[in-house]
Amino acid sequence: MKGEEILKVESLSKHFGGVQAILDFGFLLRKGEFLGVIGPNGSGKTTLVNLITGFVKPNSGKVIFQGKDITGKMPYTIAALGIVRTFQMVRLFYNLPAYKNLIIPLSSTRVKKLRGGEYGERDDVAVDLLDDMGFERDSFVPYKLAGSLPHGYLKRLDLARAMALRPDLLILDELFSGMAMSEVASTLPLIEKFHEEGLTIIMIEHRLKELFRVVDRVMVLNFGQKIAEGSPQEVMNTEEVRKAYLGTEVEG
Amino acid sequence: MAEIEARYRKKRLDRGIKARADTIFAIASRREILYLILPRVLPVILLLSLPFLLPVYWGKVLVYACIYGLLALSWDFLAACGLFSLGQAFFLGIGAYIAGGLSYYFHWSPFITLPIATIGGGVISAALLSPVVRLRGVYFAMVTLMLPMLFMKMIETTGLLGGTHGLSALKPFPAGWTGTYLVIGLFWVCLFLFRRIINEDYGLVLRAIRDDDRAVMSAAINIYWRKIQALFIAGAVGSFAGAFMTHHYQFVGMSAFALDFSILPVAAVTLGGPGTFAGAALGSMILVPLSEALRALGGMRMAIYCVILILSVIALPEGIFHYIERKYHQFEKLVRVG
Ligand SMILES: Nc1ncnc2c1ncn2[C@@H]1O[C@H](COP(=O)(O)OP(=O)(O)OP(=O)(O)O)[C@@H](O)[C@H]1O
Ligand SMILES: [Mg+2]
Repeated sequence: MKGEEILKVESLSKHFGGVQAILDFGFLLRKGEFLGVIGPNGSGKTTLVNLITGFVKPNSGKVIFQGKDITGKMPYTIAALGIVRTFQMVRLFYNLPAYKNLIIPLSSTRVKKLRGGEYGERDDVAVDLLDDMGFERDSFVPYKLAGSLPHGYLKRLDLARAMALRPDLLILDELFSGMAMSEVASTLPLIEKFHEEGLTIIMIEHRLKELFRVVDRVMVLNFGQKIAEGSPQEVMNTEEVRKAYLGTEVEG
Repeated sequence: MAEIEARYRKKRLDRGIKARADTIFAIASRREILYLILPRVLPVILLLSLPFLLPVYWGKVLVYACIYGLLALSWDFLAACGLFSLGQAFFLGIGAYIAGGLSYYFHWSPFITLPIATIGGGVISAALLSPVVRLRGVYFAMVTLMLPMLFMKMIETTGLLGGTHGLSALKPFPAGWTGTYLVIGLFWVCLFLFRRIINEDYGLVLRAIRDDDRAVMSAAINIYWRKIQALFIAGAVGSFAGAFMTHHYQFVGMSAFALDFSILPVAAVTLGGPGTFAGAALGSMILVPLSEALRALGGMRMAIYCVILILSVIALPEGIFHYIERKYHQFEKLVRVG
């Protein structure tokens, strides 16, 4: 399971005015690993994703991806290198049909390079991708305006948008928030499948039960710092984690 | 009568999707073919025959409307990717002075200067504005508003390129219809090409940048490079208009950077309906002749012109073209109620 090192984060820090969102943060990720990230609201999880993907520039520290220093690079450069994220608040094009949303990643140079000669009609590739995400291709759903789809579909559309880039590292920022139980149940196997196929994944989640079922390792954030790291059981037995989660529901 | 009115009401229907979809050509009847072709072909025929039908004076107005039309199309193209320009005069002026300079100092024919000015103008526009493509909305607009003024002042103070006198006695187009049809032709080519591009994948990405640039960035697309490409295209179209103007009037002066060329295209697009290009074209075909027609009124001209503009924008905020398009696809019939 453990392969070569794919992502290295070194003493990353970021403050917004007086708020220290991330402080002296470091971790290592190996190829094929499935890392879970948890932490109370406002603990800096999304900021960490933004720092890695270039949407926010760090005050200090380094991000190294596949041996390349990508600190402070533009988001599109980082995405083109293979780190692809989904958004906690989905960012989609609501006045386009669902499948047309995928045309945007599909017209990037990364996809052109990766697909090379085997390139089919973009529209067909898009519908195929949606089919994989459980948008039945024979229904009207892939052709409907994204704005008219229920929330669970939007989250999966955002996932499809990320997968269209054929990422090397996929970062999911609370993919399951706002999804119904049944939708979570149908989406989780997809993620597991990507992982089994060798994809490296970082998953931020508040639904601990689902998260713990799939990840190899968990990292716990509080006030922008890492307070614990290890297997789900190890982490949840840590005193500090229990304290941080005091008052919130802890499911094993 | 009242009884009939009570039992019938007007119902508005949209025409069937078959006849409306642009990509599906499984068209059943001659009527449907006509329905699709007419709105595309009729304006072309009209515009091509107008130079013959119009008196000389109005023929000149038509050429002028095409120049503004090209600027309006260029504006609408930039707006499609979220760049709001208040400096269309800059594109026009650059093209006008490149063509003017080449024609004045090297005596080159319009058929050489026009392509050079078009490409060169596009490159210069894109290069000069590339540092500010990161600016959004009003900030970008402010920079574009300043650029033509800056160039105008530079020409005025340095006296380069003819200074305040401009460059005159430039090479004209061959006598006859060449010039007129060149600008009308390019106006149409540009209109149809833009309408095409914006619905292709390339245009889809541009529109997506306007809607949510972060989402586009996360899709590994360099949004700034795309915006620079859009600036090149818009700049080239504007510069063509400028270069054409130079040879058509055989003169280029500081007026090529005048504020009118920046403001009127925006007004034309607003009036015609943004985002469709047809709106931009229609808007300039209405506004330019209107402003000529009002010339007879003397001093009150601008005031009345503005009032008409304001009223029409209030009455049809979506723009004339969107309104016409919607009505064209609808038909009304009486249906029995109850
Ligand atoms: N762009 C920003 N400007 C100012 N403050 C910010 C910004 N982004 C995040 N913050 C602050 O940084 C802290 C961490 O926020 P972040 O969104 O990373 O938390 P999170 O762990 O993702 O929370 P949640 O579980 O609610 O998603 C918060 O206090 C937040 O208010
Ligand atoms: Mg968050």
